[in-house]
Amino acid sequence: MPHGAHVSLLAGRRLGLTIATMSRLSSQPPPADTSQAELEEDEIISGTGEGDEVMEDAQDQEEGYSSSTPTSSLTWISWFCALPGHEYFCEVAEDFIEDDFNLTGLNAMVPFWKEAMEMVLDVEPDTSKIPDVSIVEASAELLYGLVHQRFILTRAGLQLMVDKYEAGVFGACPRVYCYGCHVVPCGRSDLPGLDTVKLFCPNCNDIYTPPSSRFQGVDGAFFGTTFAHLFFQSYRLLAPAPFWKPSSSSSMSPRSSGSSSSQQQLSQDQQTQPSSQQTPQFVNPNPNGGQRKAAGRVYVPRIYGFKVSERAKNGPRMQWLRLRPQDPEELDLVDWRGQWYEDADDDYEEEEDEDRPMEDFDPDHHEGDEDEEEEEEEEEEEHGGGRPLERATGTSRRTLSPPSSAPPRTPPEVFSLGATLGAVFKQPDGGRLKVVRQHILPEVTTRVS
Amino acid sequence: MLCLHYGGSLNRLGFRLLKWIFWFLSSKGNEYFCEVEEDFILDRFNLTGLNNEVANYAQALDLITDNLDDEIQDELRGSLDVQARLLYGLIHARWIVTARGLAKMLEKYKRADFGRCPRVLCQSQPLLPVGLTDIPYQKAVKLYCGRCEDIYSPKSSRHGSIDGAYFGTSFPHLLFLVYPTLIPPKAGPVDVGNASSRGGNDAEGNRARRRIRDDQEVYSEGMAEGFSTASAALKADRYRPRIFGFQIHETAKLQRWQEAVRDRQVARLEDLEDASHNV
Repeated sequence: MPHGAHVSLLAGRRLGLTIATMSRLSSQPPPADTSQAELEEDEIISGTGEGDEVMEDAQDQEEGYSSSTPTSSLTWISWFCALPGHEYFCEVAEDFIEDDFNLTGLNAMVPFWKEAMEMVLDVEPDTSKIPDVSIVEASAELLYGLVHQRFILTRAGLQLMVDKYEAGVFGACPRVYCYGCHVVPCGRSDLPGLDTVKLFCPNCNDIYTPPSSRFQGVDGAFFGTTFAHLFFQSYRLLAPAPFWKPSSSSSMSPRSSGSSSSQQQLSQDQQTQPSSQQTPQFVNPNPNGGQRKAAGRVYVPRIYGFKVSERAKNGPRMQWLRLRPQDPEELDLVDWRGQWYEDADDDYEEEEDEDRPMEDFDPDHHEGDEDEEEEEEEEEEEHGGGRPLERATGTSRRTLSPPSSAPPRTPPEVFSLGATLGAVFKQPDGGRLKVVRQHILPEVTTRVS
Repeated sequence: MLCLHYGGSLNRLGFRLLKWIFWFLSSKGNEYFCEVEEDFILDRFNLTGLNNEVANYAQALDLITDNLDDEIQDELRGSLDVQARLLYGLIHARWIVTARGLAKMLEKYKRADFGRCPRVLCQSQPLLPVGLTDIPYQKAVKLYCGRCEDIYSPKSSRHGSIDGAYFGTSFPHLLFLVYPTLIPPKAGPVDVGNASSRGGNDAEGNRARRRIRDDQEVYSEGMAEGFSTASAALKADRYRPRIFGFQIHETAKLQRWQEAVRDRQVARLEDLEDASHNV
């Protein structure tokens, strides 16, 4: 049996992936076929010339090596990417790996550098020099992973990953109110050996453990900390906007799909809805911001239909984590240190009304309260119950905020804004403010550092 | 022949001894359910209104309580089984919000029978099942994390197809209302051990995170009721997206806003707390 097969057998045993290895050894056509099919698929999907080039290169390479051994119809790279648990990897173009500039600094991190390079690039190695193939296999994996981390930040790499993203290869966010938003792989460290791969959801800006344990063996550094975010910076149409206005109940009502108890179908329904119908109309006033309509519902705990008051010990404490303002302007009400501009005026009572975005998650609550049972739990937070007076002031506040679309950070503007708001809500209360600042400041400093 | 006959009757005997509920609980995919005690089911008051929800109510109830005649069992077996599951689920939703039901579910929670939070920063916090509606055939069961206070879909499709109404919308929140010492801290490793030690931990955590007067601290260490969750959110860890180490403008802005909302709530709750202490 050729050398490559021996290597892969060892590697398979080490990785605990004997089945995959066996399939590679015994029935070579199927994996080769699938990878070929994937390649063709990719070519079809990727519209840009760059992606095509990459794929052609990969194919050329494959053909180039196909004569030497029976196994080489499959390159090491496509074999590696086809292993179970390696679904998140894309195939790095070989010319990217061959360019030494792209590998700067990696040779210090990868043992048996030369041998690992040979293995990844399917170059016939000097068998005499290799001490133990399994070690080299580990090095090759490390090398490929680290190159992969860099490659997926390039245009070609991002393009390959966006194809996988749109095909849903990385899966969907487990959070219910992200409605099956697709996720991307994400590392918590750029150095290998520290943590396994996680999944980043652009809708809730949070990271999750992959649902399947087969990803427990994949190093997060092979995707890196930057990729997920550069990805959504590069493809702004895929990035949810930071604000969310509840749409009318007719378009977003979960009722239509609620009759089936299958959550998958439900999440699919919810997911296709925003992308197919609502994205075209949706505009983020910030041209550089995320251009997709966000899924902004926040879970509201209830006991026997009554919201749990925040005054209770078990009351909601974490809704801020998922909350979005209704208007993008509201984001400007907070300065760079994370403090409300109004607080500078000691309009502290305004705080109570800062809850308003929570309350008005779903205005149809007030209109169609009686008709939708399940709407109740998806709705807004209302601490004081639905006091019409408060709501009235809340809306007046929102109508006030648009003026802040003019640069809000200039002090005069801030002052005028604070003054108007102060006029609407008065009930001075200042003392607590300093305590809050003490909480924030350490965070600010860490962020700066 | 004798052997066969004997074996047959043994099997039948075995079937009779094995209660329907135990069969139901031990079958795959029903790991989220806990045992409803028989006297709860037999008390008709607890079943008020369920006869309108379940077809063949009487027979389904008989099946659950193992009182069904064998002949009928053979005829209606298939459809009756579906009805019995529905009935058991609806009884289950009522049972787990009773004191004894909560205690049973608490054991399962401590064993993490409902899985763990997929959110990385929740550090594998055990979850609790929750429904999005109390009406059957509407929505599947979801899982509530007491740490991030959010709901997630079960990983496995087996669990993803369980009706959420079999757990109800109130259960996890009622559990933490009844057992406030079990409210997970927002940071630090997961510990769902016994309530007493958790109470102690909470008191310690409070000391660290709350600048509070000493006499109150003593108070809070003494009784579980004394601790506060007003500023718990400040301890919560959150993920900050970064590109080459730099935060992203729009995301960072949103996160600052969210944290400002959080700080407002904390300030509000601490005010309320101070006010109540001063009274």
